[in-house]
This record gives sequence, C-alpha cells and structure tokens, in this order.
Amino acid sequence: MIAGISIYEIFTLTSILFFIGIYGFITRKNLISILISIELLLNASAVNFVVINKYLYPDVLQGVFFSIFIIAVAAAETALAVAIIINLYRQISSVEVKDTEIMKY
Amino acid sequence: MDLNSVIAMRQEIFLLAILLLLIVGEIFMHKDKKGSLVHLVLLLFGIHVIIGFFAIEESSLFGGMFRTNTLIHFFKNTLNVGVFIVLLQSSDWIQEKMTPLNKGAEFFMLLFSSLLGMYFMISAGDFLMFYIGLELSTLPVAALVAWETSKRISSEAGVKFILSAGLASGVSLFGISLLYAATGSIYFNDVIAVLASTNLTILGSILFFVGLAFKISLVPFHFWTADVYEGAPIGIASYLSVISKGAAVFILMILMFSVLKPLIQVWENIIYVLALATMFIGNLFALRQQNMKRFLAFSSIAQAGFILLGLITGTQLGTATVVYFVLVYIFSNLAAFGVVQSIASQTGKENRDDYNGLYRTNPNLSLVMMLALFSLAGIPPVAGFFGKFFLFAAAASKGYYLLVFLAVVNVTISLYYYLLVVRAMFIRKNENPIPFFKNKIYMKLGLIFSVLGILVLGIYSPLYDYIFELSNVFNK
Repeated sequence: MIAGISIYEIFTLTSILFFIGIYGFITRKNLISILISIELLLNASAVNFVVINKYLYPDVLQGVFFSIFIIAVAAAETALAVAIIINLYRQISSVEVKDTEIMKY
Repeated sequence: MDLNSVIAMRQEIFLLAILLLLIVGEIFMHKDKKGSLVHLVLLLFGIHVIIGFFAIEESSLFGGMFRTNTLIHFFKNTLNVGVFIVLLQSSDWIQEKMTPLNKGAEFFMLLFSSLLGMYFMISAGDFLMFYIGLELSTLPVAALVAWETSKRISSEAGVKFILSAGLASGVSLFGISLLYAATGSIYFNDVIAVLASTNLTILGSILFFVGLAFKISLVPFHFWTADVYEGAPIGIASYLSVISKGAAVFILMILMFSVLKPLIQVWENIIYVLALATMFIGNLFALRQQNMKRFLAFSSIAQAGFILLGLITGTQLGTATVVYFVLVYIFSNLAAFGVVQSIASQTGKENRDDYNGLYRTNPNLSLVMMLALFSLAGIPPVAGFFGKFFLFAAAASKGYYLLVFLAVVNVTISLYYYLLVVRAMFIRKNENPIPFFKNKIYMKLGLIFSVLGILVLGIYSPLYDYIFELSNVFNK
C-alpha cells in the first residue's frame, strides 16, 4: 500500500488508461499505434489486479499472479502482431489503416 | 501429479505428446520426406480422437483450476471430431502448397496448440486458466490466418484478426478485474458463492462478455469475421467458424448458467437484444455476398444469433439444445466449407456465379453442398431442422414468443440465400461450368464424415436424449 493514496485514485488512473486505450484503438490511423493502444488496455487491467490484491484482499496473491500472466501473454501477443504487421509491410510498404482496405463489407 | 490426474487430463497430455513429437519430427526429418508427415499426423490424431471416447470421471485438479465432467468430456470429443474433419479436408492443401515451402509441420503445431488452448478454456475452473486458454486458442489461429505469407489478403486478414482479438481480450480482462474486485476471488466456485447483483459486477460481467462475444462473432463484435474468413486459408476459416466458435459458445454457456447466474435478470435483456441484432444483421448482409467464404461467414454470424436463443433460457433444456445445435452446426458447416475448399483448391474459384451448373459436372459435390445448406437452413429431413426446432422450443418454454417469431422470420430470410446457392448449382445454366474433377481420398473422407454426421444427428434421436442426460451437470 502507498501512504496517502487510496484505492479510488488508482482506480481512476486505471479507468482513464483503459479508456485512452479504447479511444486510441478506434481513432488511430497507424497499425503500430493501435497495437500500443491494446498494450494500454492490458496494462490497465494488470495494474488493476495488483491494486485490488494489495488494497482489498491482501491474504492471497491471486491478483498478483494474474498480472504476471497478463504481462507474459501480452508480450506474446505483441510479438505475433508485430510479426504479422511486418509481413504486411513487406507487401504494401505501409502500416497505415487506410491501405488495408481491399476487403470491405 | 498422480495417476488420477493423468487420467483426468488424458486428452490434454496426449495432444501435447503429439505436439512434441511433431517438433522432433520437424527437426530431424529429412526435407524430402516431410510429405509423409501429413499421414503420420492424421494417424496420430485419429488415435487421439478414438482414445478420447473412453469414459472420464468427474474430477478437479490443481486446487480447482482445472475441472472435468461428462458434459465437458463430451464436448471435447466433439471438438476432436471437428478438428479431425478439418485436418482431413485441408491435408491436400498442406501437402501440395505448404510442404514444398517447408511449412507443413508448423501448421499442425499451431492448430494443435490452439486446440489445446480450447481444452483448457472449456475445462477451466477459474478466470486465470480461462484467460490463458482463451489466449492460447486465439493467438496460434492469428498466425494461421496470416499463414500464406506471399498473399496480401492473408496478411491483411491476420492483422485485422489479431488487433480485434487483442482489443476483445483486453476489455474482457478489465471485466475480470472488476469481478475480482467485487468478489475477492478468481475461482469460479468462490465467485458463485458471493456474487451479488451490484453495479460493479454488472459492469464487470458485461465487459467480460465482450471477449467471448468476439470469438462467437455476435453482432457488435462481428466486423472481423467476413474479412478474416475471406483472407484466411479455407481450412482455417472453417476451423474458426466451427471449432473456435463452438468452444466459445460452450464456455459462455457454462459461465452464464453457473458463475454469472445471480445476474440472470441483466443477461436476459442483453441476450435478447444481441440475438435479434445478430440474426438480422447476419442474414441481411449474407444476402448480398457473392464470395462463398464471405457468404458462409455471414451465415455463421446468423447461426450464432440462433444459438443465443438457447442461452437465454438458463435451464437444463437450454444446455442440451445449445450443445445439440452446436454439434449439428459443426457438421453442417464443415460439409459446406469442405465443398468450397475442394472447388477452390481444384479450380481457384470462390464466387457463387462460378457454381452455376455444378450439378451437371460434379453431381456428388453438389449433393453434399445441398445437404449442408439444407441443414444450415433447417429443412426437415436433415439434422439442422431438429437443432433449430429444439432451440425455438427451449426459448418458447420460457415465454419468449416474440423472439421466437422474429427468429422464424430470420429462418425464412436465410432460406432465401441458402437456396440461391442451390439454384445456382442445380437450375442455372453456364457456358463453361467447373469441369469434372475427382477429389483426393482425404478430402472424400472428410466430406463423407460430415455428411454422415448430418444424417445421423438428424435421424438417430437417442443421441439427443443422451446429451439431455449429460446436461444436468450445471443445473443441479
């Protein structure tokens, strides 16, 4: 626990992070930026788990373990996404969303 | 780890053994001999499917993180059979196109990792195992969607799939964290004990629902479906539409009927709206598709809407009908995708107009396609009719008459576009139809198995009674 900071402040922080992630995912025009937005989402949840564990249920470490797994899975997901984006870049020399529109509706 | 836990996790362990064997084979096999890997994998996986049918006892491992019972076991077997048919149907494609590029073994490895993830997902006993299973079942499929690295359309589909999957799993995780905040545990059993209907839990469960709704491709989360199916290799498209969707429906049903049961009032409204939106949008968009893969994608979205009709009830009848419908849907869709795949791999044609006059040149294939489409549409002699009939009966037994009526309207709409394909094959004339061709033995077997599945499920009624008996596990 951090002295002088209650759980509400941290929840506010993670909620803001979460919605920045959603907003970024919807509005960004670049595939890499979209990937960064997804990272924000995942990290908001990871912080949430640790904080809930520490402030509300400190006896068992379920939340902390969960956040470790989130970090590991997020790394795998990012690696795969970057690989796929690089493969796309090789073919169209661009990572812009507007260039990935040959399939629509 | 004692003997009992080995027996309870038998399917996972055996699949993992096949996976490791494949890695060894990939490293040590000579390059010219890798063509025989396909036969070896099919043999091993066939043995795995047969071993899976031996009975398993209800048990729970790792302090409740992993649990299994007769219904879960039954569903794992269903997934096995489905994956086996997918493998049979795409083995020629792997042997001809992928093995020369030295990418055959990885295909199987990724597919089996994804299946392993689904096993863990449907027998998860807590949210951590569920989350890892979900990711393990999604990420390899993303790699498989982008598998044809020389094709632009495939990479584009891969990008769309992995970014949407990331968003869905991120939102879902935030929901799990809110549920954890409200209940103080991530174990399903503890959550059931203390979950109450408060604003926090309602928000948490709705956010959590997003991750699964993405996999089932319910309507606000369906945008990836058609693009990914079109760009992905056809075997993977059929895997996504059948196996992945089936597993997600199953775990969603388990969670809704047991863990999130206190929130049933909220669920009923959400499912009601989503079912209507999914059915209407899926059907209306399917009407205007020319490409067969996009057509099947929208048809599978519409079918997901019908599945929700069974989920809304929350009773033993609901469980049984959903499992039965998913079973029917797996076989019907596999048959349809099998025909599309065999035509695409022989001639490269994927549009509906190319199917004009198919009956003249390839009568057997058109009959299989007709049977599959009749089953998807729900025309009486085949299994799809009974699947839909039971779903509607389950929803009506709870008094959702308006919903059932609108669902029947949707069945009529869907009948129109399924019959468009049948008309193209049987009635329309074509100057240069798809020439006669003979399928390879594995493709033939794949089609025969799926047709057998459609017919047996429709005619052999004790199977439904058996499923109904199994489904009381979650409704005690």
